[in-house]
Amino acid sequence: MRLAELRAWIRALGTWRWASHRLRGWRQGGRTAVMGVPTLWLLLFFLVPFIIVFKISVSDARLGMPPYEPLFTWAQAQVMQLKLNFANYAFLFEDALYRNAYLNSVVTAGISTLICLLIGYPMAYGIARSKPAWRNLLLLLVMLPFWTSFLLRVYAWIGLLRTDGVINKALMFLGLDEPLVMLQTNFAVYLGIVYSYLPFMILPLYTAIERLDLTLLEAAADLGCKPTKAFLRITVPLTKGGIIAGCMLVFIPAVGEFVIPALLGGPDSLMIGRVLWEEFFNNRDWPVASAVAIAMLLLLVIPIMIFQRAQGARAGAHR
Amino acid sequence: MAHARPEQKNEPWKDPGATPYVRIDKVTKKFGEFVAVDDVTLHIYRGEIFCLLGGSGCGKTTLLRMMAGFETPTAGTISLDGVDITAMPPYERPVNMMFQSYALFPHMTVEQNVAFGLRQDRVAKSEIRDRVAEMLKLVHMDAFAKRKPHQLSGGQRQRVALARSLVKRPKLLLLDEPLAALDKKLREHTQFELINIQETLGVTFVVVTHDQEEAMTLATRIGVMNHGEIVQTGTPTEIYEYPGSRFVADFIGSVNLFEGRLIEDEPDYVRVRSDELGGVFHVGHGVSAAPDATVWVALRPEKIQISRERPDGDGDNRVQGTVAEIAYRGDQSVYLVRLANGRQVRVTQPNIIRQGSLRISWDDAVWLGWDSASPVVVTR
Amino acid sequence: MNARKSVFVLTMLVLGFVFLYGPILSLIIYSFNESRLVTVWGGFSVKWYRELLQNQQLLGAAWLSLKIAALNATCATVLGTLAGLALARFGAFRGRALLMGMATAPLVMPEVITGLSLLLLFVAMEQAIGWPAGRGMTTITIAHITFSMAYVTVVVQSRLAALDESLEEAAMDLGARPAKVFFLITLPIIMPAILAGWLLAFTLSWDDLVIASFVSGPGASTLPIVIFSKVRLGVSPDINALATILVLIVAIGIVTAGIYMQRQQKRRDLDVQRAIAAND
Repeated sequence: MRLAELRAWIRALGTWRWASHRLRGWRQGGRTAVMGVPTLWLLLFFLVPFIIVFKISVSDARLGMPPYEPLFTWAQAQVMQLKLNFANYAFLFEDALYRNAYLNSVVTAGISTLICLLIGYPMAYGIARSKPAWRNLLLLLVMLPFWTSFLLRVYAWIGLLRTDGVINKALMFLGLDEPLVMLQTNFAVYLGIVYSYLPFMILPLYTAIERLDLTLLEAAADLGCKPTKAFLRITVPLTKGGIIAGCMLVFIPAVGEFVIPALLGGPDSLMIGRVLWEEFFNNRDWPVASAVAIAMLLLLVIPIMIFQRAQGARAGAHR
Repeated sequence: MAHARPEQKNEPWKDPGATPYVRIDKVTKKFGEFVAVDDVTLHIYRGEIFCLLGGSGCGKTTLLRMMAGFETPTAGTISLDGVDITAMPPYERPVNMMFQSYALFPHMTVEQNVAFGLRQDRVAKSEIRDRVAEMLKLVHMDAFAKRKPHQLSGGQRQRVALARSLVKRPKLLLLDEPLAALDKKLREHTQFELINIQETLGVTFVVVTHDQEEAMTLATRIGVMNHGEIVQTGTPTEIYEYPGSRFVADFIGSVNLFEGRLIEDEPDYVRVRSDELGGVFHVGHGVSAAPDATVWVALRPEKIQISRERPDGDGDNRVQGTVAEIAYRGDQSVYLVRLANGRQVRVTQPNIIRQGSLRISWDDAVWLGWDSASPVVVTR
Repeated sequence: MNARKSVFVLTMLVLGFVFLYGPILSLIIYSFNESRLVTVWGGFSVKWYRELLQNQQLLGAAWLSLKIAALNATCATVLGTLAGLALARFGAFRGRALLMGMATAPLVMPEVITGLSLLLLFVAMEQAIGWPAGRGMTTITIAHITFSMAYVTVVVQSRLAALDESLEEAAMDLGARPAKVFFLITLPIIMPAILAGWLLAFTLSWDDLVIASFVSGPGASTLPIVIFSKVRLGVSPDINALATILVLIVAIGIVTAGIYMQRQQKRRDLDVQRAIAAND
């Protein structure tokens, strides 16, 4: 009798334990799913592809499809021999085409970023210092082109820049004898990049300038600082975070840009994104394309880290 | 600083046989290396308004959040009404909290906000309606039931937050700086309203505040916290009149502290020689300290008499000085009196009559005197 | 204070907006040009719109792009919201740095690299497990989800960071379990941010040429791929018409949203003023 009671007790306790365990397990399970599902997705579709790119970049090109040695037999052989083939990278260094393309990408992106900053800063300043009622409208106008097709906006410049395009027509009407050759030049590439990425420069600059406490400038004026000097010694240092963020947001994608040089650039405006594209689609040399990609990534590691740090600092300042 | 509550007849904390309602037992909370709450043991009795008082970063909010279930103690246990709730998640605890920011759900009306907790418990619809209406009436917000939080003023939001946290009839209500966001006049009014509501419903309150005046007005008892520890627990009167340490004496109200040595230690009085004061104190209570120990004498400014004539009585508790500073505050005046050894003493006097010829002025030679029952000797 | 500077700033502002909108305006004007030659004005005509509506290749590509963009936006929003929630609310869990890095890296990753790496993955997967068989809508959608969920993550995470955490604690305190807190409190409040994330993901996918070119197969040409192959050969007037339609849709959408938000804001301000006035 007592034993049966005890047994029932133990069973009840067991069920309760099990139920509470299950409940807690489920609770934990929900959490795990929330962070696990995106992590798994990104592992599979973001991280693993990079490892594959790296592996292929150190493999030999083979004739036939796919144009590289089969990945898995090759992977096993690698494990056993640990013999990495850096021939593709050596090829990149030796060939002037690639060296020039990398250099040209960085120079083009750098010049375009600078122009973006020079146009973007006064614009962001103007928006941030306009009446509050205007501010949102102007910001909306800056953002609106971003929501329309990037490809079509670049395409619009073809019609404008051609030798028989609107701009040349206007210039000749004003007395120019010969039409200017603008399409398929580096100038057109700069123009395209500046045009496409200007909103990315203006937005972080705007946020930084808008946050700036105006009484600081008043205090500077009160202490005898002239407006130009106050701008250089107060406004610029305090909006440094926005400047860095904006520059990186323009520079990083501009280095790898493909569409703009392909549509507006000439044969000599080689940029690395375009080289990679052509290596891949025209030459079908996947290992070299992979090596180009890895080298491009190494090129961008430093600017990406600068960007992340600036973002971190901005987030910290915001708190 | 009058105590607003009618003196309670039963003071369960004085009865060793009484069962505590909330039992916080050796609770420690660490965030990495930082010890936010350090081995706190605290008993709170049913029907109390217990105030945790301390500066920012003293651990009072962490302690409150552990009672609510948002933080789990690193060590120790918390029990409520005999049930161990240490590991119980917040949504299962019979505890509700009123947040400093009020945390009203912006997408719900006042009514929906108050009903939210009851809906989670699947209370019948008609009952929800009745209880919400009753609670809104209690806090005088029944006319605003259909409004959204952003359509309310600060004081109205505060009352909605109170109604929302009380509607589930929690065993324990936690209030995190309940009045901090209100302006001064409204705060005073709300303090008394809060006490009335607490007395009507009989819920046990734990209030976190950094405002000593608020704590004094609301609390049945105050726990003063510093560096994660509770340094003293007691009624507002005890805390103010008998601070247990220099920290408490200095934190609550203002105080003059004089370092000295115990020269005579009897059960009902002590004598302290203090070079800072330039004399010997006679203090009308006993101290448990070693003879010749270093002690501090705490003397509240309002307990010192200031006069230009020598006060009568025996020789001990009086000193001479000159007036260095006077601050006229309308209801009272604050004097800083410099003693012969350079030490300054703060004295406040209520301005009972409009001052005329009696006025004490800068650089006047004055006498300070006090009753031997007024100072308190603290040993740490 | 300094009239000269404000004249300079104002000039830059005007020139900047002319620079931003001039090309778009030229597309719109020339879409109504009778002449095939871009540079010659042949009179007003809507014939390119008529031609556009008969271009089965463009219409088919637009339909495919629309399907991919909608599917991508929905999946990316779900995944990005989960990631944003984990990053903003779960404290320092194991793998947080990894998730953080992987979730934000696609923001700054050149598209050519993302496209190439995903193609190589799909080829390797097909060799290894036979899925995905060939490349087309599925592979494009997966690729787009991967890079556009990063944007959703950032939008959701920063919205959650700005959201008072005590709202969620209050709901839990009142008896709601974590999942219920999310659906009753967090989700309704951050809904505008999630919608913005959805639109962003939609636009990114709708607009993407480079990644889609890498991972698409024969017969799966999205609108940007078709447009690119057309404009590479030079200016074509029906593309102008297409651009005009797209710009108009976006402009109407954004302006409507802008006006709506402005109104909401005004009403809120008015409410707040009234509440303060009523209380005093």
